[in-house]
Amino acid sequence: MSRISATFKQLSSQGRKALIPFFSVGDPTLALCVPTMHAMVKGGANLIELGVPFSDPMADGPTIQRSSERALKNGVSLRDVLHAAAEFRKTDDQTPLVLMGYANPVEQMGRAEFARVCAESGVDGVLIVDYPPDEARDLALHLAPRHVDSIFLLSPTSTDARMREISEMATGYIYYVSLRGVTGAGNIDVKDVAQQIGRIKAVAKVPIGVGFGIRDGATARLLSEVADAVVVGSRIVEEIEASAAAEVPARVGALLNQFRIAMDA
Amino acid sequence: MKIYDMPDPQGHFGPYGGTFVSETLIAAIDELKTQYLRYRDDPEFKAEFAYELKHYVGRPSPIYHAKRLSESLGGAQIYLKREDLNHTGAHKVNNTVGQAMLARRMGKPRVIAETGAGQHGVATATVAARYGMECVVYMGSEDIKRQAQNVYRMKLLGATVVPVESGSKTLKDALNEAMRDWVTNVHNTFYIIGTVAGPHPYPMMVRDFNSVVGTECLTQMPEMVGRQPDVVLACVGGGSNAMGIFYPYIGHSDVRLMGVEAGGEGIATGHHAASLSAGSPGVLHGNRTYLIQDANGQIIETHSISAGLDYPGVGPEHAWLKDTHRAEYVAINDDEALHAFHTLCRMEGIIPALESSHAVAQAMKMAPTMSGDTILLVNLSGRGDKDMATVAERSGLTL
Repeated sequence: MSRISATFKQLSSQGRKALIPFFSVGDPTLALCVPTMHAMVKGGANLIELGVPFSDPMADGPTIQRSSERALKNGVSLRDVLHAAAEFRKTDDQTPLVLMGYANPVEQMGRAEFARVCAESGVDGVLIVDYPPDEARDLALHLAPRHVDSIFLLSPTSTDARMREISEMATGYIYYVSLRGVTGAGNIDVKDVAQQIGRIKAVAKVPIGVGFGIRDGATARLLSEVADAVVVGSRIVEEIEASAAAEVPARVGALLNQFRIAMDA
Repeated sequence: MKIYDMPDPQGHFGPYGGTFVSETLIAAIDELKTQYLRYRDDPEFKAEFAYELKHYVGRPSPIYHAKRLSESLGGAQIYLKREDLNHTGAHKVNNTVGQAMLARRMGKPRVIAETGAGQHGVATATVAARYGMECVVYMGSEDIKRQAQNVYRMKLLGATVVPVESGSKTLKDALNEAMRDWVTNVHNTFYIIGTVAGPHPYPMMVRDFNSVVGTECLTQMPEMVGRQPDVVLACVGGGSNAMGIFYPYIGHSDVRLMGVEAGGEGIATGHHAASLSAGSPGVLHGNRTYLIQDANGQIIETHSISAGLDYPGVGPEHAWLKDTHRAEYVAINDDEALHAFHTLCRMEGIIPALESSHAVAQAMKMAPTMSGDTILLVNLSGRGDKDMATVAERSGLTL
C-alpha cells in the first residue's frame, strides 16, 4: 500500500481527517526546507505538499507568487526540490510527500526521468497544476509503475463528466478547489463545498482533500467534516513571509498545531 | 493546393498547442470553444464581422509598392500590406472586433486583456467602448513606464489599466494576471487574448480573425502584379500578424513564408526575444511551444527594442510551421530594425511600428540578393506613432 493510502486509512480508523500543509521549497531558504517539514509533522501535518517554484505560476494568487519568486531568487530548481524530499525521507519514512507545481520544469527534465527521480527520492504523489487529464496521461503512465500517485484538481465549475473522467485517472487523493479563483483568495462557502464534495464522492475512488483559501482552524474544522483532508497553503506561506528565517520551522509548526487542535476537537 | 487543416479538435498543431491550464479554467475554455465553433461559420456572425471590418476598421487595407525603397536596394520589389492604416493603427483590431462580437453573443458584459506595447490594450479598449462593455487591461508596470501614451489612450477610451508588479513586470506577467482575473470572474468576463498563443481555442481563433489580412492579399496581389508574391514576410512576437498573413498562403507551396523574430542585442548576447530561432519546446500560458527558458524550465526575461515582440513564447502554430519547414524563421536585431525604421520614414514617408520594422529590415537584407522581378510582400502590421519616444531616446533626444 502506498504511503498516501496508508495514511488516509490509518486516519480514517481513528476518525480523524488529514491536515496537509503546502509551502514553496526554497522559501525562505533551501537549508530550512527539511527542518520546516519536520516541524510541520510535529505540529500535526499528515502529508506535505512541496511547491516547486516556477517563474509563471498562473493559478496562484499574490502570496504564493511572491514565495515562488523568493525561492527562484535562491536558485531553487526541481532537482533541488527532489533532493529535499530525499533528505527528509532519511529521517521520516512515514509522512507522504506530494510535489505540486507547473508543467514546464517537468517537461525540461523529461517525464520518464522525473518519474524515476520522484520514486528514488521518496515522493509519493505528483500534482501538475497545468496538466489537465488529457495532457497528463503520459506522465501518469510513467508514474504508476513506480507507485507514485497522480493527483488531480477538481473545481466548482467541473462538470459531472469531468468529475467521472478525473476519478478514473486519479490515484492518492483528489484535490477539490474550494473557491472560484486563485490560491489564497476570498471567502469559502462551506455549504456549497459540502454539496460539491458530495457530488465528487459519488464517483471518486480515492479520498477528497479540499483547499484554496482556508485561513483558520474554524474553517478547517467545518471542512474536515465533509472532506477527508484539508489543505492549507497561502496561510502558511504568509507565516513564512512574516517570520525571521531562523524562526520559520517553529512558527509554521505552531500554526499547524492550531489547525490540528481545531480539526481534532 | 495542399489541404491544411490544423489544429486537431484538441487544439494540437503536431506536438504543439493543446490546453495546458488548471482545472479551474477548463469550464470557461470549454464554453468558449463551444461558442466559437458555433459562431465561426454562422452567416449572421460572418456578415456582421465583415461589416465591422469594412466600416469600423476601414478594411480592406491597401497593398503599396515601395518603389523608391526597392530601387535603392537594387533587387527584389518590396510590397507593403498596410495594416498600419487600420483604425487604431495595427492589425490587432481585427481580432478584438471578432472576440468582442463573440463576448456579446455569450452575454459577457466585461472584457479583460493583457498588453505589452499597449496596441492590443488600445484595440480592446476601443471595441469595448464601441460595444459599451466594461474593460480592464493588465499591463506590466515596466511596460506602463515605456508606453505612457498608449496607457493614456486606453484611459481615454474608458478602460481601467491595472499595473502588474509580479515577475518581470512585462507582457508575460500581464498574461498571468489576466488569466487569474478570468478564473475568478468567468461568470461575467470574456478574456480577449491578443496573440495566437494561450490555450486552445485561442491560437486558432485569433489566427482566424486575423486571417482577413492574408485573404485580402490573395486577391490584391494578382490584381496588382498578376500573381502571388515569392516571399511573404512578417514580424513574430506572439505571432498574430504573421499567422494572419501566412495562414491563407500555407496551401500555396510556391510562396515562401518568413517570420522575423526580435534578435534584440544579438542572439549571441542572450538579450533577445527569438523563441523559434534560439529557444526550445516547453509549456507556458496554456500551450506547448518554443520558449526562451533555462535548463530548469524557468522562463527567462527577454529583450527587444519593440515591446510588442518582447515575449518569451510564440504561437504554437509557428512552432509547427517551423518544424515542418513550411515557414522559415530568422532574427533581426534592434539596430537593424531601427535602421529599417528610419529608411522607411525617409524613403517612403511611412513611419512603421518598431515591431513591423523587423520584417522590413529582413526584406531589405534579402532584396539586394534577388532578381528585380522577385516580389517580397511585407506585412506592415502597425504604425510607429507609439514608438516616437523610444526612437528619440535611441537618437539621444527627449521629446
